[in-house]
Amino acid sequence: MATAEKTATRYVGGGVLRKEDPTLLTGQGTFVESITVPGMLHAAFVRSPYGSAEITGVDTSAASAAPGVVAVFSGEDLADEWAAGLPMAWPVTDDIRIPDHWPVAKDTVRHVGEAVAVVVAGTRAQAADAAELVVVDYDERPAVVDIESARADGAPKVHEQYENNDSYTWTLTNGDVDAAFAKADVIVKERYTQPRLIPNAIEPRAVLVRPTPAASDYTVWSTTQIPHIAKVLFALTAGIPESKVRVIAPDVGGGFGSKLNIYAEEIACLVLARRLGAPIKWVAARSEDYVATIHGRDQIQHIELAADAEGKILGYRANIFANMGAYLQLVAPGVPLLGAFLFCGTYGGEAYHFECTGVFTNTTPTDAYRGAGRPEATFAIERAIDTLAREIGVDPAEIRRRNFLPKGEMVQSPGGLAFDSTDYEANLDRALEILDYDAVRAEQAARRSSGSSRLLGVGFSTYVEMCGLAPSQVLGSLNYGAGGWDAATVRMLPTGQAEVVTGTSPHGQGHVTAWSQIAADALGVPYEDVLVLHGDTQVAPHGMNTYGSRSLSVGGIAVHNACGRVVDKARRIAAHLLEVSPEDLEFEAGTFSVKGVPDRTKTIQEVAYAAWTAHALPEGEEPGLTAHHVFDPPNFTFPFGTHICVVEIDTETGEVEIVRYLAVDDCGNVVNPQIVDGQVHGGVAQGIAAALFEEASYAEDGTLETSSMLNYLVPSAAEMPAFELDRTVTPSNSNPMGVKGIGEAGTIASTPAVANAAIDALSHLGITDLEIPLTPLRVWSAIQDAKGGAT
Amino acid sequence: MTRISLSVNGVAHDAEVEPRTLLVYFLREQLGLTGTHVGCDTSSCGACTVLVDGRSVKSCTMLAAQADGAEITTVEGLAANGSWHPLQTAFHEQHGLQCGFCTPGMLMASVSLLAEDPDPTAEQIRHGLEGNLCRCTGYQNIVTAVLAAAEEMRSAPGGR
Repeated sequence: MATAEKTATRYVGGGVLRKEDPTLLTGQGTFVESITVPGMLHAAFVRSPYGSAEITGVDTSAASAAPGVVAVFSGEDLADEWAAGLPMAWPVTDDIRIPDHWPVAKDTVRHVGEAVAVVVAGTRAQAADAAELVVVDYDERPAVVDIESARADGAPKVHEQYENNDSYTWTLTNGDVDAAFAKADVIVKERYTQPRLIPNAIEPRAVLVRPTPAASDYTVWSTTQIPHIAKVLFALTAGIPESKVRVIAPDVGGGFGSKLNIYAEEIACLVLARRLGAPIKWVAARSEDYVATIHGRDQIQHIELAADAEGKILGYRANIFANMGAYLQLVAPGVPLLGAFLFCGTYGGEAYHFECTGVFTNTTPTDAYRGAGRPEATFAIERAIDTLAREIGVDPAEIRRRNFLPKGEMVQSPGGLAFDSTDYEANLDRALEILDYDAVRAEQAARRSSGSSRLLGVGFSTYVEMCGLAPSQVLGSLNYGAGGWDAATVRMLPTGQAEVVTGTSPHGQGHVTAWSQIAADALGVPYEDVLVLHGDTQVAPHGMNTYGSRSLSVGGIAVHNACGRVVDKARRIAAHLLEVSPEDLEFEAGTFSVKGVPDRTKTIQEVAYAAWTAHALPEGEEPGLTAHHVFDPPNFTFPFGTHICVVEIDTETGEVEIVRYLAVDDCGNVVNPQIVDGQVHGGVAQGIAAALFEEASYAEDGTLETSSMLNYLVPSAAEMPAFELDRTVTPSNSNPMGVKGIGEAGTIASTPAVANAAIDALSHLGITDLEIPLTPLRVWSAIQDAKGGAT
Repeated sequence: MTRISLSVNGVAHDAEVEPRTLLVYFLREQLGLTGTHVGCDTSSCGACTVLVDGRSVKSCTMLAAQADGAEITTVEGLAANGSWHPLQTAFHEQHGLQCGFCTPGMLMASVSLLAEDPDPTAEQIRHGLEGNLCRCTGYQNIVTAVLAAAEEMRSAPGGR
């Protein structure tokens, strides 16, 4: 039983150590690759080496005869197994082109890595060996890998049935954009490219399907962020009743959006388990993940700002082309839409026009990667406003100040949405103070005048992002295929502990810890007495899972509110036991006491026991102390902040070194400061990596040139700076706890801060733009060009 | 098949292995020590790092047959006498892990790093761990944790 001292502790906002850690620190984590079941067979996929080709024959005979092989299937062999192709859940326009996407290709391959056959064998090594023996005849076709080539006249068509490679065009207009541009004193017109990124969660994807043939049911363990959504879509795609599919996301080793999908291998293993009546497991090699797991970003952006002579922005135009890859993965068409509302950033204005075209290419499909649409939008506006500052001749901090939306609640952005709570100037001031901005500028000037080969630059990103997806109605208006709610059940056990069942599905975010803090405070029980259950559709039957920085501000709120309902019921029972009316009770730190008679009390643990025995409940009260809540937020949350990057550029090598990185974020009220800081660290690291190192590249024939961790630079500790963090706190009004999301903010904010810093360092040479990633060669070449081509 | 004898976390094993079996798969699949993870196929990520005769080795770069006669320590063998290694405690206290997939390798590489240099700077830790990739933490809290563990180990008499 809890001690009074413990229950008096307030956990939200305080420092508690993570409950997730002990198993993970001792090698006792349960990741999919580590799960085995009796009779398990292993699948290996044969994949296309061509970006575009017709399959003219698949000879499985040698593979079938190989040691340990149980079965070998071509795409044709499995054609009758699929009830539908791989699902796409965000048809953003009525006339969007949605091509068939079969888990194993039947007659045509459209990107390197597309599965063309699958081998099932007794061991993983046997399956891999036999996969080498499958002979596939291809008739190679011309491929197209980049957006502009795919949109050129006469470009090879990724999908023969369409007249060109465009999938859709989606537009948004607020106000009279032409009028805003007509009266502008200054117009900034920029073109930016967003490199293609490979998510690289350190755990490769894996799936294990265990059928129970006599019951016609299936248990699927998958490295997924979305077990509940997957359950529905696995059932529909494989043609299995939804009630017969159980999906379990055990420990999942990072996601960043790459595990927010329905993948060919998941569906293939499901139908193979059905066909063979045996458990089937597949674990990706990293090199497979590189071609068969979604990529992110890959956009070309045209952005225009119209401003008056003082640099006050009047209007915005954004015209975006987004590389979808060969097929439309789960939410890919909607990714640019998540950015559509943020091209005006934290700034005001009269009018805005946005247009986005999704384009097919012979590349691995793209989809949501940490930030999903918002890093791209934030990069564009934060880069463009620096250009505006330079054209007007004002400081980049000052141009932002002149354009900030006012402090307030439900502040209307020219992008079209009302931001829950804003206080941008105070946040910027805090960051400038920590930075000692004047001193940095003085050092920059000193280096320039001394002719130093190590130039200094300062870059800003005063971002806002939209997350906490979201009001279901708004998602519906955008044609999104699911709701934006999340669910929680809270049950008090007879011995006084609390079980929290959540619909979120963590993969590193620490929900077990944070939900324990929330429940412990709301119920007045010790942190240690809360057990959080998640990630298994039979244990936690309702959920919308974890993506879009939604878990706390939707799922965490459901926990908070469900606890509130438990306390409401407990109050009625306590009142009955104490023979007073519920209004006569105070509830604090887990104890109901009669107002004015503080020694007449019942603890929530005593009430839980009484509710379980049900010997003496109020008239009509059901036994048990359990409540369920489904939270559908009235609005997104809009975290914001100021990131400032200080770089040194070695003019002789072109190397960009981050000497300071300061992040002052505002995610409203904070449940767990350590976890929030950790999310910012990791998010910023991924954004810095995009600015300095990462870029997936394809050869013209569709070969992924950056095909492994050897030639795609996932940064190590040696490449990362130390980060300086601070916070301002502007509570959200989108939920009763005043919280906002923080999982993606660092990634959204950081890339333009780094790019702006590098350009700032070189601006006196006349350099006004640098493409990311800022590789030494790219930066050195720009310096040489600026100096008059001394190469 | 090749016959090998080795010690893993202080337990002697005699085993038959295929000549091509990598040490990591021997540990995971034959001994059931699944705490050591596989994150890549190019020896880049370091998730599979273990100690071989006290030195950190990416166990995907070594054949099980090459470990004949060796003393191996995996993450499962890091705690001793029911108490965590100072690095495990420091990773916990400093939030040096999020998803936890890289963590076993990161811990074992850190053990080796501190054995070579009990008092490293943050910069030396960053370079010492550059063979181990983490996608969650941005490394900041890993570096802090290793610094904290190093201090703890230096102050503990007869520490590890």
